[in-house]
Amino acid sequence: MSSLILPPGLILILGGLLLPWVAPRFKSLIAIGFPLLTLMMVWLVTAEDSMTLTFLEYQLDILHLTPEGRVFATVFSMMAGIGALYALKHARTLELSAAFVYAGSAVGVTFCGDLISFFVFWEIMAIGSTLVIWANCYQNDRAYGASMRYLLVHLLGGVILMIGIAFHVANTGSIEFTAMKADNPATILIMIGFLINAGAPPFSAWIADAYPEASASGTVFLSAFTTKTAVFALLMGFPGETILIYVGMYMVFYGIIYALLENDMRRILAYSIVNQVGFMVVAIGIGSELALNGATAHAFAHIIYKGLLLMSAGSVLLMTGKRKCTDLGGLFQTMPVTAINGIIGALAISAVPLTSGFVTKSLETSAAAEAGMPWVWFMLVAASAGVFLHAGIKFPWFVFFQKDSGLRPPDPPWNMRLAMWIMSFLCILIGIVPAIIYGILPYTLDYEPYTADHVVTQLQLLLFAGFAFFALLALMKRTLTISLDLDWFYRKLMFGVVVWIKNHIPQLIAPVMLGLKNFGQRKFDRLFKVHGPQGILARTWPSASMVLWVAVLLAVMMILHYMRPS
Amino acid sequence: MSQNQKPKKQKHWLYREENRRKLWLIQFGILFVAILPEFFMHHHASFEAQGIHLDASPTFYAWYGFLTCAAMVLAAKLLGYVLKRKDDYYDDEQQR
Repeated sequence: MSSLILPPGLILILGGLLLPWVAPRFKSLIAIGFPLLTLMMVWLVTAEDSMTLTFLEYQLDILHLTPEGRVFATVFSMMAGIGALYALKHARTLELSAAFVYAGSAVGVTFCGDLISFFVFWEIMAIGSTLVIWANCYQNDRAYGASMRYLLVHLLGGVILMIGIAFHVANTGSIEFTAMKADNPATILIMIGFLINAGAPPFSAWIADAYPEASASGTVFLSAFTTKTAVFALLMGFPGETILIYVGMYMVFYGIIYALLENDMRRILAYSIVNQVGFMVVAIGIGSELALNGATAHAFAHIIYKGLLLMSAGSVLLMTGKRKCTDLGGLFQTMPVTAINGIIGALAISAVPLTSGFVTKSLETSAAAEAGMPWVWFMLVAASAGVFLHAGIKFPWFVFFQKDSGLRPPDPPWNMRLAMWIMSFLCILIGIVPAIIYGILPYTLDYEPYTADHVVTQLQLLLFAGFAFFALLALMKRTLTISLDLDWFYRKLMFGVVVWIKNHIPQLIAPVMLGLKNFGQRKFDRLFKVHGPQGILARTWPSASMVLWVAVLLAVMMILHYMRPS
Repeated sequence: MSQNQKPKKQKHWLYREENRRKLWLIQFGILFVAILPEFFMHHHASFEAQGIHLDASPTFYAWYGFLTCAAMVLAAKLLGYVLKRKDDYYDDEQQR
């Protein structure tokens, strides 16, 4: 049996690479089949299995089963499959293919035993996810710019992570990916690299900037993998790191406040991702067994209900072509399936009893109580009420109810409805039978979510939060606005400074340009010395290999040319 | 889910002005039912050891939920005066 064991992530990546080459009628087979195969493989792998590769003098372990990794890999492959079902009719092949490579490398990350292969999968994720956004360039003018900003943030995060890893390996001589302490520059850099992907400050803006520019299905894929892989990385790498409590707490309230200010329905949900990941980061910072179980379970449940919410929002976008709350409203009349599923997702994210949020998020608040951290507990309870406010009511209210916008679109095609029903079913199934998720958590768990006290207090909290929403509705009147964020510094200020210098003190430009040119010239001279016709590295190349490489380069150029957006 | 709405011709009953009052009453009814258990139920205090009993006091979750949410809405409103920009604010960078 063990001869059949492959790293599950590679199966999904293979599926993604196959997609562009198969006949359209087999596309759905691959799109559903490969995630299923991946899911099966995730559960066939045992702790004894391993697959090592040799890189330089290091042994890379790309098949390293951990209980945490298996939970994340399970939900990642489920999302790839259900997301593909949702995407089947409308998504471009590039999007689906990129999404599978992206999902596959996310699964790959969860099976990494060492930092080097971890980094490789981490970076493939960045490329895959950028392509998912890029695939929407023809439909959305903003997608290209957003994808580039997204890529820059992730490349920055990747560089910081790489420096940290190199530093760490130099310090310790070990590439093993295991729990660390952020007490030296190496591990601090690694943690920052992880946190950038989690949407931590000061880089929280990229989520709401980039994700909503992807297609209806693209956003569903994007919401699932990057931030949750970062949660996985923090969970494995930095459990119990106290600073994470503060970072997570900022993210929790940042998400709520910005979502309350936002007008674009999918940006509301994107801010809500930061909020939810904040809960998980806080739990990782608490670091007890209950808290880590809570972060893992919450990530699992969150991926499903956030996917569901974004599927619902995506259906609205696809059927109406509108994305702003100011243009929407009253859609429940003709899109009942989308509305019902959106509401189920909204109830689940708000942790209403009988939904997946109730049985998972409560682990995290209980962990704060168990750890004797009153202020963390009081803030998390307030934030739980805030989740209901900004995602649980605001999203369905402004999209499906509110004023009657006069729009009368039908429900989306069957594949999208089916995908939403499946997700809703999962949200409620986990809520009713929490043993499903409790049974696969990393630590044994003795927790009963359905006590009379818990159910009653949660309902009171949420109902009065809802009352606050309707009582203060006038203060939340939607406006045609966006909200400034810290990305203003690199999108406006830095750009503005350069333009200002160019316009006002052009004499400054010349020396700077000259300096840059001289710098480049020096580098080039050195390159020429080494690689030029007389260079050490250029002496005995047969001309045949030169021709081959020119051909390869031309082919790559051509492919890039066709993939380039208009 | 839906308690408050604006008037619009003779359309869906949710959007009719005359039902507005009814919907508010339904909401108050639900809130009242939710508060009923407070008369015969005692909540578990999570922080006895720290000497904090606030979370076990009657109606804590109700007023805490309402007040914190109201605070968050107000905070968002106030921050909005500083942070809000027209949604084409960044559009001048769309030059590839």
